[in-house]
Amino acid sequence: MRPRLPMLSKNCLALCAAAVLSAGVVAACSSSGTSTTSSSTGPTTGASSSPSTKAPITIGASLSMSGDFSGDGQFFKKGYQLWASDVNAAGGLLGRQVKLTILNDNSSPAQAQTNYQTLFSSDKVDLAFGPFSSLLTTPSASVAARFGYAMIEGAGGAPSVFASPANQSAHNIFDVSLPIVDNLIPFVKWVASLPASQRPKTAAYPMADDPFADPPVQLAQQKLQALGVKTVYSKIFPAEVASYKPAADQVAATGAQAVVLGSTDVPTVAAFMQAFEQQHYLPKMFIAASGPDQGATFTSAVGKANAPGMMVPNGWYPGYANAASQKMVQEYVAKYGGTPSDIGADVAEAYSVGQVAAAAVTATGGTDNAKIKTYLHSGVTFSTVQGSVKFDSQGENGAAAAFIFQWQTNDTFQQVLPLGSAGSVAILATKPNWAS
Amino acid sequence: MARQIYQAIADGILVGGVYALMAVGLTLIFGVLDIINIAQGVLVILGAYLSYELSVRLHLDLFLGLLITVPAMFVIGVVIQWAFIRRLRGRERTSMTLLVTYAVALIVEGILYEIYGANPKQLNASYVQSSVHVLGFYLSDIYLYGFVLAVAIVVALYAVLYRSTFGRSVRATMQDETAARLIGIDVNRVAAITFGLGIAVTAAGGMVFGATNTFNPNSGYDLISRLLAIIILGGLGSIGGALVASVFMLTVESLVDIWSPEWAIVVFYAALVVVLVVRPTGFFGRQPVRAQ
Repeated sequence: MRPRLPMLSKNCLALCAAAVLSAGVVAACSSSGTSTTSSSTGPTTGASSSPSTKAPITIGASLSMSGDFSGDGQFFKKGYQLWASDVNAAGGLLGRQVKLTILNDNSSPAQAQTNYQTLFSSDKVDLAFGPFSSLLTTPSASVAARFGYAMIEGAGGAPSVFASPANQSAHNIFDVSLPIVDNLIPFVKWVASLPASQRPKTAAYPMADDPFADPPVQLAQQKLQALGVKTVYSKIFPAEVASYKPAADQVAATGAQAVVLGSTDVPTVAAFMQAFEQQHYLPKMFIAASGPDQGATFTSAVGKANAPGMMVPNGWYPGYANAASQKMVQEYVAKYGGTPSDIGADVAEAYSVGQVAAAAVTATGGTDNAKIKTYLHSGVTFSTVQGSVKFDSQGENGAAAAFIFQWQTNDTFQQVLPLGSAGSVAILATKPNWAS
Repeated sequence: MARQIYQAIADGILVGGVYALMAVGLTLIFGVLDIINIAQGVLVILGAYLSYELSVRLHLDLFLGLLITVPAMFVIGVVIQWAFIRRLRGRERTSMTLLVTYAVALIVEGILYEIYGANPKQLNASYVQSSVHVLGFYLSDIYLYGFVLAVAIVVALYAVLYRSTFGRSVRATMQDETAARLIGIDVNRVAAITFGLGIAVTAAGGMVFGATNTFNPNSGYDLISRLLAIIILGGLGSIGGALVASVFMLTVESLVDIWSPEWAIVVFYAALVVVLVVRPTGFFGRQPVRAQ
């Protein structure tokens, strides 16, 4: 006997089809590529071609428009688009306009791989720009290596990215930003510079299970312990937890004087801050690996009054005294609105990716990825909105300097460490109390 | 160590209350309609955004705002049931509704992205950050209110189901849809109202979730697997079971978190497997509930 099919009326089938199609359209709207130029004659070049026509230079990237990294992904998209519009307004690269194709990976490493596969095998883009986060960069770069592409990226700075087998073999990853493992060192050095009586006696190190978040925190823990700062909490929690409250409450119960949070996003930092406030616990020093650098996204989540004293390591901030950076900030505000302090560091990281790619295309006279990789490894120093970029043999930016930024009581986000460094303002050595 | 354990138990109970608020609608809909509403997580987030709108634009207190968001979500639920679910028939109906409610989730998520973008939001009120000092512990006000709200909603739903004419119609439909039709019950109306009720209580879950967590349109997907685990453990269709299971699961997770946060999530699902091996119908299995 044949199994019975569900009894669906024609109208019902039509409704289901409409629902699925609508969903497809909605999904497509959020995941389809976007281009910055209207002129397009289709991809004419692969991973090793040269500009024989005036067809646009096509650049593919997978970004997290949804999912855990969507806040960062949106900033990255704006950074890429801002760079592309600047380049096109100036006549393009080698006389060719630049066309971006950005696909949504939903913050999923598997989807990022699929997207790059599509960009390389189907769209046949000329160049590849990186996704957001080390978690997605490693698998994405392995696809790029297989297709012979250079992966110029700005948010994959974890040691595991550069140590991946694909990069060890193809040497195709180029991170324009600060290598993350050392990015808390200025904080450690500052603690070491304090008189013993002012140093924190205890510290807690809650960490999200992420290749970006853990290495710098673990290194900071090791160095602070050597300075005599006792570790009272050091645990890695899964990226997807039912609630951060139990972990945050445990940290609060330790009464640690310093908290070094291995976070990847704003929600994690916001959850810890909320739980600390509810527990009437105020660490003397509070630094997070990521989150406080997200401008208005951060302050709107935690409340402007709670932000002062929050620190984050980074290589860029909106007030960075660099002419190209200031121009980019002005353009960003003109195009997207808001104020400079609303701009996340992701924008500068993405813009820098474009600047390095532009320099490589110009220097090599085309989009031959083999030539571009050789050129990027040649030891040349690039100027970007984040400062100097010079790649070592692993593709890390050896010229980047680590800075610590902090929210101030006047609602500004300022560079505070290294002490005395150009651009550094006085640090809030003790975090001001919670707002309520 | 004892202090840590007490704190973890308190956290588990309070966070469990929040999850119960989000799960009761899911189990109510399954109990009456045999529908697993995959859109539940996204609808929780929709409830959070509705509260956000009222809070930011009208400066309405979060709990007062429920007087608007609950009816609004009821209407949304009835519309979803009418537009997408009511005409699904036959043996494959339950599995078909998985696809349809997933499509609903994508549509709602897409609309929320268009309106709000991806940046995380959080609901704010004076009681969101404050806490009360009890027996040496600080208990968060918003979690306490959320727990009380969860208990109140469970009691209210029980009152509706077991102390009202509509409730008798619902239980009759749960036991035998064909027999219910034969005695004159408008089964389609019961289904629409029940689905609406299930989504309406989700508004409360969304509000408390949004006040205790940052959220964006995508946040619902992190919730759905846990909510499904909770209603399975509680006994599919059991409203009280959802509350008990939420508190049990989150307390277990919170306790394990003391020693190893990485194992906490494993133990969450391992607890589900162990309980189901011992008691396949969950804490309050479907047959006993329907026999009441």
